[in-house]
Amino acid sequence: MDNVQSDVNRALMLDGNALAGLLQEIFAVEMTASPTECASCGREGEMGTLLAFTQSPGVILRCPACESVVMRVVQTTKAIYLDARGAAYLRLERRIS
Amino acid sequence: MKRPLSWQIATVVDVRPETAKVKTFTLELPDWTPHRAGQHYDVRLTAPDGYQAQRSYSVASEPERNKEIDLTVEHLEDGEVSSYLHDVVIPGDQIEVRGPIGGYFVWESARGGSLLLIAGGSGIVPLMSMIRHRAAAGSTVPTRLLYSSRTPEDVIYYEELQKRRAIDKGIEVFHTFTRARPSGWTGYVRRIDHQMLREVAEPLGEGLQAFICGPTLFVEAAANALVQTGIKPEQIRTERFGPTGGSS
Repeated sequence: MDNVQSDVNRALMLDGNALAGLLQEIFAVEMTASPTECASCGREGEMGTLLAFTQSPGVILRCPACESVVMRVVQTTKAIYLDARGAAYLRLERRIS
Repeated sequence: MKRPLSWQIATVVDVRPETAKVKTFTLELPDWTPHRAGQHYDVRLTAPDGYQAQRSYSVASEPERNKEIDLTVEHLEDGEVSSYLHDVVIPGDQIEVRGPIGGYFVWESARGGSLLLIAGGSGIVPLMSMIRHRAAAGSTVPTRLLYSSRTPEDVIYYEELQKRRAIDKGIEVFHTFTRARPSGWTGYVRRIDHQMLREVAEPLGEGLQAFICGPTLFVEAAANALVQTGIKPEQIRTERFGPTGGSS
């Protein structure tokens, strides 16, 4: 059963690209072309390259190298909850106005 | 993009069928900014009771077109948003959208290089924006599109691709069919594999930039096979699509 579940999740997996709108809502700048580092394995890459799992009450971004959770986002009607402890860092492009 | 992402009310100015399951919607935007080829828009529907459903759709048109974008949408069974767009929306209707969104799966003509575009099904949509942008910007970078469809009837933009292959400089189009082939077809009739990618990619040389878009398993298979041909992962950008955005 675990394998079936894992295959189903894998088949429904998307990229960080799919969360571009949500990430931009949170950080106010485009994030998918920005690099981040997996706190677990140290892999660096653009947020667009992370694996996105969206078939849950929240959304989960995992590292494509070690599959650790990099970021979790849960939305309610009043707030957005962000758990980014799986990211060693995030890079936010400075907005020049 | 250097401005906050906000929702706006677009007006549908045209709806046209591409295939039996795919339609293109032309939207006029009151707050238009040119997109980058490969970017998407979020579409949000709100029911009278406040229930909302949201999905992302790639822009199909070129950024050079003023004030308007084309979204090409596949009708998914049980698709909350795609069913509404396909079954209900007509020209004159208004839809809530925000965008353009994304910065990773994009190509701009200024970037140059040679391009390998790999599409599965409606994964052609953001790649079509790149192809149209390439032509509109007068770019002649060597470009090869490998497009996998189930049957000839499922090919989106077939006629335009035929025309571009004849007119646009330096672009070649390869179709592969996985379920049914056109009569007299001598091209590929299988899923994309290592051998096929080698044949299509080789003439583009080592410095190529690859964009792969399609359903998740298609993208996985194509990206893995492409790495096997010796292309580095850094040269490959992927976009997997599926039901995104969810509801709230």
